[in-house]
Amino acid sequence: MTQRRAFLTATAGTGLLAASGLAIGQAPVKAGFVYVSPIGDAGWTFQHDTGRKQMEQALKGKVETRFIESVPEGADAERVIRELAQSGHQVIFATSFGYMNYMERVAKQFPKVAFIHATGYKTGPNMGIYNARFYEGRYLTGIVAGHMSRSNVLGYVAAFPIPEVLQGINAFTRGARSVNPKVEVRVIWVNSWYDPGKEGDAANTLLSQGADVVTHHTDSTAVVQAAEKAGKFAVGYHSDMSKYGAKAHLTAATHHWGEYYIRTMNEVLAGNWKPGSLWGGYKEGMVKLAPINPAVPADVRSAITKLEANLTAGSFHPFAGPVIDQDGKERVAAGKVMSDDELGKMDYYVQGVASRLPKK
Amino acid sequence: MDVTALAAAIIAAAIVAGTPMLIAALGLLINERSGVLNLGAEGLMALGALAGFAAAHHSGSATAAVIAGALAGAAAALLFALLTLTLLANQVASGLALSLFGIGLSAFAGKSYESLSLAAVPVWAIPVLSDIPLLGPALFRHQPMVYVSWLMLAAVAWFLHRSRAGLVLRAVGESPVVAHEAGYPVIRIRYGAVLAGGALCGIGGSFLSVFHTPLWAEGMVAGRGWIALALVVFATWRPLRVALGAWLFGGMLIAQMFVQGSGLQWDIPAQWLSALPYLATIVVLVLISRRPELIRLNSPVSLGQPWRPDH
Repeated sequence: MTQRRAFLTATAGTGLLAASGLAIGQAPVKAGFVYVSPIGDAGWTFQHDTGRKQMEQALKGKVETRFIESVPEGADAERVIRELAQSGHQVIFATSFGYMNYMERVAKQFPKVAFIHATGYKTGPNMGIYNARFYEGRYLTGIVAGHMSRSNVLGYVAAFPIPEVLQGINAFTRGARSVNPKVEVRVIWVNSWYDPGKEGDAANTLLSQGADVVTHHTDSTAVVQAAEKAGKFAVGYHSDMSKYGAKAHLTAATHHWGEYYIRTMNEVLAGNWKPGSLWGGYKEGMVKLAPINPAVPADVRSAITKLEANLTAGSFHPFAGPVIDQDGKERVAAGKVMSDDELGKMDYYVQGVASRLPKK
Repeated sequence: MDVTALAAAIIAAAIVAGTPMLIAALGLLINERSGVLNLGAEGLMALGALAGFAAAHHSGSATAAVIAGALAGAAAALLFALLTLTLLANQVASGLALSLFGIGLSAFAGKSYESLSLAAVPVWAIPVLSDIPLLGPALFRHQPMVYVSWLMLAAVAWFLHRSRAGLVLRAVGESPVVAHEAGYPVIRIRYGAVLAGGALCGIGGSFLSVFHTPLWAEGMVAGRGWIALALVVFATWRPLRVALGAWLFGGMLIAQMFVQGSGLQWDIPAQWLSALPYLATIVVLVLISRRPELIRLNSPVSLGQPWRPDH
């Protein structure tokens, strides 16, 4: 069969499936995943792929998945997404911010296919977005770090000053200061999502300047390894990184996409999937903590467990007022919580961050 | 932390950060002095990083890691030499292809090493010297490979400018026609230079994955091969300037991190700080190498041009 024929059959097939509210018991529904980096053994993409596998396992026989890794955020992404749509994938998950505009373009050409984009803000008649409130986990890891610090200096290796990263730094700082008001957080920007050499250098710099707990918003495990080597503590990110530093790793704010993928695919199978915007957190099971290091005292653990329950119940918000920024300006008044809109536009440090934020 | 200890920490970290670039750039220097431009440095370093990591993992020996890195780099460079020196393929295109090939192959072959980590190679404090205030902790408490990189620098500088073989190599890079007429085996010399260049790039990569950050991950070279290539040009093909550039780059990289991590309330955008190593290195090297007649004197005239004896 020529490629054109294959394409025609595939698109005709999707149209048919969608029209009948998706025929159950027929051929499995094909779901495609687009990853920005190699899956590797820890990190952003690894967590998405873990979720994909959980979903495939849970919906065995009903869903068939395919993934493409290391797709750059550029014109290549559009080609990859279009190829997935053309080859009969009825659902496509694109898991990096830079895919958004390309996905939107392809979505318009394939109205019968469900396009779902992790992070970002653009939706459409057949395009939805999902993201997680990583800052909830950050706040809790901040509590652990604040408790374990003796020098009262925490180090933070960060990639780029965008709202999502600032939410993490600020939540971590607020968490740490909620239990240790003397603590300060120092930030080093490495201007790269992934450069183990630079991330390690930045961690070592922070450690040699007095930080005794370091964490990171970058993709490699270098920061945890640097802390292990220096005999200090670290808080991981994305994945449980304890095997890279058994002694150093206090915990990690980890991402969990499996439940969301299962739920979404069930909706697609039932024919009632609707595009929308989901920003889930503890409540949706998208954010969790990695197992906490035995070195952390029991009362801290029980405090964390209690806050986890409150986050799940929605009775606690890491940015509940008063939120005071670094310059002393009140961003959220006492008794109020920060709105999602304000969170999405965050461009300042809260009180307790000792560095200056790079100006735009 | 007192000022001396801080300065020593910055210098020590700067030297380590600059070392992968220094080793690779020395290789590229030999390579380019013979008139062959190999843009594949990034790929060669990636292969060296993987080979080094794998060797260290299986043998537990850092020496084996360095040898494996050198062999991997040299093997890939041999492919490049075959294409460009024997088959007269375009050097720029072949080099770019080698770069992509090396990154891709190392990613593919390195999958199973991704979750592993190595024990850190211990620091080797040089007796007596390491007790000197400031200079001791800054210069003489490093992993052994850092000292080896200094020996490499001395060896390359001596070879290129003090030895007869180096003179011949430079003559080949200057004018392969004349060198050929004078009876020198131009192609064989260039093969040797390309292999040496590949081996040093590979060692630079293995320094990264075994000594600097003991881990293997796809894409971990993160542009250092390209920086090494640029260093050679901005240093106008002079070994000491290449070293100065590499350390300066490492130094600015670390110094800006120390500024960021100091908690000082400076209103300097972090993007500027991140750009600083590149800017400072280029500015300094351009300033010290600004005399046009010296640049002409030092740059290998036949660089990048395919050549083959016609008789």
